[in-house]
Amino acid sequence: MKILLVAESREGKVLGGTYELVAFAAKMQAESVMFLVGDEGALPKYDGKLYLAEAKACGEYNPDVHKQLLLEVVAKENPDMIALCHSSYGWDLAPRLAFALGAAQVSEVVGLADGLPVVPVCNAKLRRDVKAKTAKTVVTLQAGAFGLSEEPAGTPSVEKLGGAAAGRVQFTGYEQAAAGGVDLGKASVIVSAGRGIGKPENVAMVAALAKALGGEYGASRPVVDAEWVEHNRQVGTTGQTVAPKLYVACGISGAIQHLAGMKKSEFIVAINTDKDAPIGDVADVLVVADLKQFVPLLTEKIQAL
Amino acid sequence: MKILVCIKQVPDMESKFKLDAAGLWYARTDLAWRMNEYDEYAVEQAVQVKEQFKDADVTVLCIGPEQVKETMKKALAMGCDRGAHIADDEVWAKEPFEVAGVIAEFARGKDFDLIFTGMQSQDRGSGQVGVLVAEMLGMASVSTVVSFAFDGTTVTAKRELEGGVKACINVKTPVLVTCQLGMNTPRYPTLPNIMKAKKKELLSTPVADLLKVDKRQETARMYFPEKKGGGQVLEGDLGEMADRLIKILKEKTAVLS
Ligand SMILES: Cc1cc2nc3c(=O)[nH]c(=O)nc-3n(C[C@@H](O)[C@H](O)[C@H](O)COP(=O)(O)OP(=O)(O)OC[C@H]3O[C@@H](n4cnc5c(N)ncnc54)[C@H](O)[C@@H]3O)c2cc1C
Ligand SMILES: Cc1cc2nc3c(=O)[nH]c(=O)nc-3n(C[C@H](O)[C@H](O)[C@H](O)COP(=O)(O)OP(=O)(O)OC[C@H]3O[C@@H](n4cnc5c(N)ncnc54)[C@H](O)[C@@H]3O)c2cc1C
Repeated sequence: MKILLVAESREGKVLGGTYELVAFAAKMQAESVMFLVGDEGALPKYDGKLYLAEAKACGEYNPDVHKQLLLEVVAKENPDMIALCHSSYGWDLAPRLAFALGAAQVSEVVGLADGLPVVPVCNAKLRRDVKAKTAKTVVTLQAGAFGLSEEPAGTPSVEKLGGAAAGRVQFTGYEQAAAGGVDLGKASVIVSAGRGIGKPENVAMVAALAKALGGEYGASRPVVDAEWVEHNRQVGTTGQTVAPKLYVACGISGAIQHLAGMKKSEFIVAINTDKDAPIGDVADVLVVADLKQFVPLLTEKIQAL
Repeated sequence: MKILVCIKQVPDMESKFKLDAAGLWYARTDLAWRMNEYDEYAVEQAVQVKEQFKDADVTVLCIGPEQVKETMKKALAMGCDRGAHIADDEVWAKEPFEVAGVIAEFARGKDFDLIFTGMQSQDRGSGQVGVLVAEMLGMASVSTVVSFAFDGTTVTAKRELEGGVKACINVKTPVLVTCQLGMNTPRYPTLPNIMKAKKKELLSTPVADLLKVDKRQETARMYFPEKKGGGQVLEGDLGEMADRLIKILKEKTAVLS
């Protein structure tokens, strides 16, 4: 088995998910080669062959060109599998490759069961083992699912790629997340509001509980998208990653992108009407209750202590 | 200007799921169905483009059994002009490549300037269908879009990356865009628009007419993940639960001391 690992870099830096691909290849007991559109001055730590295209020349987001370069590498190396991160880069590129190669794509792999990739269904409430029927498969790996087998090390032997035609999508630059406001990273207690709060007026009861516990309030993405709470309070992959002493999730289902931002918290309490909500998997205590009744009551009792 | 928007009907994620008899998918009975959340943004964006360019015509497409027409009617009430229902009682047995193949076959030769899909579905969530459709049609595509502007020929969009960073891009039509949460504010259909939607075209085509590609993967097994355990579950009287939680917090954390 030979796997082509599609590494990632942004603004000249190799992203951490790259090393999870290496760990995945190790778990598969497979031989591997790596592909990166990046910077020669910032190579990934990797003991193997790296096909490198310069991001300065082909752009960090340029799907037509990245696909073309990858197809060249596939033609040279003939891998059985192509592995990408299940990230904004990986899930954009993977279907393009799968289509060009006539390969099955298995998305968001979280594990292996008897050699078959396992993927989540319905907000991780269910799991599915997937059998590809094609000679080659393209897989995207869920962040954190395969971890890092060991401290990444090594120096790759680099083979440079170049000379792909221009793409149709023109990348014009990055927009950074707005800075300033509250720094959730410093809070020792975070109480977060999820869509289960139902209406914007209920942010106040979550904020009141946070205050009673001497902490800050945060939110899941839908609450931020609806503009009930500002973006710098969003917890998750596209918001903040936090690890407070106590995290209280109010009306949050526990989607993987939310969990990625808070599962390292020391103690987790979830308040949810759905006893089967996936947040229960990471919670130390799951309170099965309507937060609109429970949160004010809890706040009152804490204030009375 | 011609616009296509693809929507999927999915169960409410708060449902209590059971496995079907074959153990390959969830049982499709006793579930509440709704429009895939990501697709609501797709429909809204398509309708906004229509409002901007009065001559635009928006087709909403959905593959599935008769019941998906309910979800399609919502899209029509939000402002889509016509519905293309691809009748398939076995949509559940189709993998993303087949679903994309059916959509591409429908769209081929119809010269859509813009195609909108969700970035992923809430149930299966492979995040493949949109980009695959574009590849099949030889069309440019951009995934995970949170901001969209269009001047009639060029789309100026922002893709959302990890950590809240966005990548800004330009691309000329024809282009397919996969829509991410927060791209816009999906409207609620008003009662008059719900009434109007009842008169809009909603044609069904049997899936067999459009399915030209083969299956590339199948489900070997579907199951509930093992509960990681450890966590305590509190149920019952609110006051008692609050007292118990406070006791636990005092014992296990330093936050109440
Ligand atoms: C009732 C039901 C039962 C199912 N049972 C099974 C099963 O037993 N085994 C199995 O492997 N899979 C099953 N599926 C899943 C299935 O058929 C997938 O939904 C399909 O392969 C598309 O993949 P995806 O949802 O991951 O698409 P994604 O790539 O995540 O979807 C992205 C976008 O594609 C568009 N899209 C997706 N599906 C449709 C559609 N039907 N019509 C129009 N646009 C669409 C939407 O715009 C959506 O936002 C079932 C689905 C349903 C609704
Ligand atoms: C690329 C990408 C990036 C993302 N980034 C993030 C991110 O950074 N952060 C993030 O949070 N999400 C992110 N998401 C979205 C994520 O997938 C989920 O959609 C989101 O986390 C769901 O938020 P929620 O749990 O508040 O809402 P839902 O999933 O709708 O859950 C609401 C919960 O509230 C419960 N509930 C309802 N009523 C009550 C009540 N009265 N009392 C108690 N409980 C109640 C329900 O049982 C349910 O469990 C991202 C998604 C994608 C695709």
